Amino acid sequence: MIINHPLLGPRDAAEFTYLGDVSLINRPDWKDAEAERKFHDYLYLRDNPAGEHRELWYHEQGDRSWLVVTRDTVTHEVKRVELAREAALAMGRGK
Amino acid sequence: MRYSAWHILKQGLTGNKGWQPMWREPEPKPAYDFVIVGAGHGMAAAYYLAKVFRAKRIAVLEKGWLGSGNTGRNTTIIRSNYLMPANQPFYEFSMKLWEGLEQELNYNSMVSQRGIMNVFHSDPQRDAAARRGNAMLFSGADAELLNTDDLRRKAPFLDFENARFPIKGALWQPRGGTVRHDAVVWGYARAADALGVDIIQNCEVTGFQIQDGVCTGVETSKGPVRAGRVGVCVAGSSSRVMEKAGIRLPVESHVLQAFVSEGLKPALPGVITFGAGHFYVSQSDKGGLVFGGDIDGYNSYAQRGNLPTVEDVCEGGMALMPFIGRARLLRMWGGVMDMSMDGSPFIDRTAITGLYFNGGWCYGGFKATPASGYCMAHLLAHDRSHATASQFRLDRFLRGQLIDEKGVGAQPNLH
Ligand SMILES: Cc1cc2nc3c(=O)[nH]c(=O)nc-3n(C[C@H](O)[C@H](O)[C@H](O)COP(=O)(O)OP(=O)(O)OC[C@H]3O[C@@H](n4cnc5c(N)ncnc54)[C@H](O)[C@@H]3O)c2cc1C
Repeated sequence: MIINHPLLGPRDAAEFTYLGDVSLINRPDWKDAEAERKFHDYLYLRDNPAGEHRELWYHEQGDRSWLVVTRDTVTHEVKRVELAREAALAMGRGK
Repeated sequence: MRYSAWHILKQGLTGNKGWQPMWREPEPKPAYDFVIVGAGHGMAAAYYLAKVFRAKRIAVLEKGWLGSGNTGRNTTIIRSNYLMPANQPFYEFSMKLWEGLEQELNYNSMVSQRGIMNVFHSDPQRDAAARRGNAMLFSGADAELLNTDDLRRKAPFLDFENARFPIKGALWQPRGGTVRHDAVVWGYARAADALGVDIIQNCEVTGFQIQDGVCTGVETSKGPVRAGRVGVCVAGSSSRVMEKAGIRLPVESHVLQAFVSEGLKPALPGVITFGAGHFYVSQSDKGGLVFGGDIDGYNSYAQRGNLPTVEDVCEGGMALMPFIGRARLLRMWGGVMDMSMDGSPFIDRTAITGLYFNGGWCYGGFKATPASGYCMAHLLAHDRSHATASQFRLDRFLRGQLIDEKGVGAQPNLH
């Protein structure tokens, strides 16, 4: 698989390590009244779709950036690559 | 028809005209007491449900053909060399069922207890192997710690003096081995069919009939089927199927690859695993070296993997037994597995009454087939867990009761 890095251009997926579903950006608030259940769902449960999947990849053997890759889990086709920082800000994190 | 040596002789002398199909091909009836989805572990569950728990009116619904899932794609290794008390008694129960399986089913599944050796490369690894061996002995399994002299006699071709990963010995389980994988499903199918179980192939379950929190049947590509209890055994597709009942699982689907070399003369004494990376190998009766390693490591439903993992697996092989470099690769393939968040499986009720779940087998579920089927049948028949599977619960993450065999915390890349 080739991941088209927004800053570095096309790179081999073997340079990256994989974390998983992009929802892992949305760490719950520990002060939330339902924190226990929310942390359980956040840590352990997954949508695990067959088809389009947004997921976190880390460019460990490159520029050490976190990326959000949109990839088809049935064909392995990489459809879109964004910097995780931008994706997180777009989700309203970091406020 | 009972299979026997006499029967083969008779058929041989009469032109092999008397063989019959091994199971019927019925259309689904409108209603059953038990509907089992998926014909891997599900086929074993149906057999034990009919045979041991004396249930009637059972159907197995399979999307493809029998053995089209990972039951027909794995590297066929069986063993009971686990450490955790939640796992080891279950896998030893499975091993005992393997040992009697062919007589029980009157079917040659080529169960071969040729032994498995987990090679280690350092003193701490030897300590860990000794501890695991003791846990195995406590559960009633067999285990022996081999030093390098013992190991050299069994497997002289290993790279004992490897500069980075010198070999210091192995944990040896003589009762481990290999089984002809698809013949396991065929054997269970033939025996279950003889007990009246309807096996329905090319029948995909597309939804569940759920009313007021009670599951009363399934929707399928061959029409609706009502059921008293429904057991889902669709590892690899668990999230997709359970989603239709509104259930989110602690599972990711990942691809694992397997490889077979050209046929060689008998060389390997049994199953061998590398301790400094992930590589396992056995030799089939046709002579091919059957081997594998790690999962590719990203969510996948593709049933095929990519080249970096091929390279990684082959490097493990070269570090363990350099002669493998002379063998040519004949074929390779991939299978999609449920990777659970602690590397351990589920055999449990769900929040929906009448709906039961079996999955999360990661890449070690083939060896579990007999016990998984037995425990699933127990759960379906009695609505409570079998003693050896009582920890395989869906809510264990909420309760903090992970079955963390590797001791590395929760992540979906364990086995
Ligand atoms: C390459 C590879 C090597 C492996 N090596 C080993 C090994 O050496 N030892 C070991 O112990 N384990 C091994 N495993 C793991 C093992 O194969 C699996 O854990 C085990 O086969 C799972 O069994 P199962 O019955 O749960 O799944 P499967 O055998 O995959 O059965 C599930 C069935 O459900 C069916 N299904 C899916 N969706 C539906 C639907 N909607 N309706 C109806 N039917 C449906 C599928 O068609 C399939 O037949 C390996 C796996 C792979 C991929």
